[in-house]
Amino acid sequence: MGSSIEVKRITKQYGDITALDDVSLKVDRGEIFTIIGPNGSGKTTMLRIMAGIEEPTSGDVYFNGVRVDKDSSSEVRAKSTMVFQRTALFNTTVQKNIAYGLKLRGCSKKQIEDRVKDTLRTVRLEGYEKRWAKKLSGGEQQRVSLARALALDTELLLLDEPTANLDPKNVSIIEETISWVNRERGTTVVMATHNMFQAETLTHRAALLLGGRIMQVGTTREIFGAPSKDLASFARLENVFSGNSTALEEGTSVIDIGNDLYIEAPIKQTGKVTLFVRPEDIILSAKPLTSSARNMFRGKVAGISDSGSLVRLRVDAGKEFVVQITKRSFIEMGLNLGSEVYLVFKASSVHVV
Amino acid sequence: METILEITLRSIAISGTATLLSALWGTPIGILLGLKKFRGRFAMKGLFNALLGLPTVTLGLLLYLLLSKAGPLGFLHLLYTPLAISIGQSILITPIMVSFVTNSIESIESEVKDLAKTLGASETQASLAVLGEAKRGFLLAVTASFSRAIAELGIALMLGRNLVGKTRVLTTFIALTTDTGDFVPAIALGVILLMIVSAVSLTVNFLQRRDSWGRV
Repeated sequence: MGSSIEVKRITKQYGDITALDDVSLKVDRGEIFTIIGPNGSGKTTMLRIMAGIEEPTSGDVYFNGVRVDKDSSSEVRAKSTMVFQRTALFNTTVQKNIAYGLKLRGCSKKQIEDRVKDTLRTVRLEGYEKRWAKKLSGGEQQRVSLARALALDTELLLLDEPTANLDPKNVSIIEETISWVNRERGTTVVMATHNMFQAETLTHRAALLLGGRIMQVGTTREIFGAPSKDLASFARLENVFSGNSTALEEGTSVIDIGNDLYIEAPIKQTGKVTLFVRPEDIILSAKPLTSSARNMFRGKVAGISDSGSLVRLRVDAGKEFVVQITKRSFIEMGLNLGSEVYLVFKASSVHVV
Repeated sequence: METILEITLRSIAISGTATLLSALWGTPIGILLGLKKFRGRFAMKGLFNALLGLPTVTLGLLLYLLLSKAGPLGFLHLLYTPLAISIGQSILITPIMVSFVTNSIESIESEVKDLAKTLGASETQASLAVLGEAKRGFLLAVTASFSRAIAELGIALMLGRNLVGKTRVLTTFIALTTDTGDFVPAIALGVILLMIVSAVSLTVNFLQRRDSWGRV
């Protein structure tokens, strides 16, 4: 598999500020690649350079293995497109917004009409052709932006925080569309996000960008399976606890996180440590479980928040844990505020950072 | 005696001509200042901004001296003609025209350009997209300029002299009949002027509300 877009030793400075510091990245053709990092880490600058609308202070960009220069940049722009975080729409109808790039590519009226219709169906905005783009809701506007990008059927699709500040329904439509375009058309996708959960479920490989530098590149399993301190430092990790660890003879350790709670972790370490357990790694049970899992705590449901097909619960077990379960489980277990539950998770689900 | 209608229509014609003239040269200058990054751009923008507050009597005096019989342009015999007023007003409102056009382009330029380019536009095509998006700004420039022109007194008085059936416009009529103590027609024309100006600024407001770019 060849590379789609590659940046070599890119540095970008705005006056005294270094937005990107000697960054090299290679995105393979046909993959969904995520750049994760907090706000201000340089994600947007990276995408803008890949899109050819920003020039790096130093370093080179390669598209399909060929170095991009002034002469070839417009050609590259024809084969790639970008969706901005702050939705940018032309002040006209949805139809004309989507038609813009197609007109530039010399498509016929009939082709344009068909393509607009198709892409609107993809983002589930059938029949929105005549609507005024800027009068739509934020989520619908973002979907129009995405449709406008999809209509061009480019080799490379760059997405800057495509679902930031959107409600769950719009988020899931956009995520489905991204994964559809990658699967069905083989479009290479580079996406910037600070949403770890999204990065993990949607993408093949990811790079962690912090302060303009790449801290880690790898498959999502590599990055999220064993989160580094860098990742934990910015990601809004839940179920983060600190305490004194005591190594056991079996090769694991028990960490006293206070309030009579002891968590068993797969490390052999004594002294103060910080650990976290991911909300989706915790099993919720109505009764005590006899299982191989090393950690079990009794608690009460203290908060419920619904996000589409998933439900997040806050459970007070002496310390507060966040647990994520499917809506079906939630309904079948008949959970309510105050319900007594057992939290169960394996020692290997405990990540020490 | 000429009717109120004649005076009103003459006012609209004179200031309308002034607006057209200033649009003729003000729009290209505004586009240039908005789109192109060249040396001296900031100085030029500063100049036009400073001229926004140009006193009408100062400009009137200057043009009077130029157009009077003894002046360098006296041979044109323009003094005390409607055209003289139009020219004077067009110079007065040129800074408004330029600033409005420049600002409306600058406020959206980088965003629209980036967007157009990511959709495959060349530099020129991207600039055209910016102009397309800024078209409401041009309309704003025209309406604001017209309001200023039709409501000004100094130039109309000094270059037109309120000649009956020739250069009498709303503002000069109001000013001079009030002087003679004949209030009723002055008030009537005052109301008409107010209506014209309000109608124009209401349109401006309406357009401004629809002109927001980016996320609403």
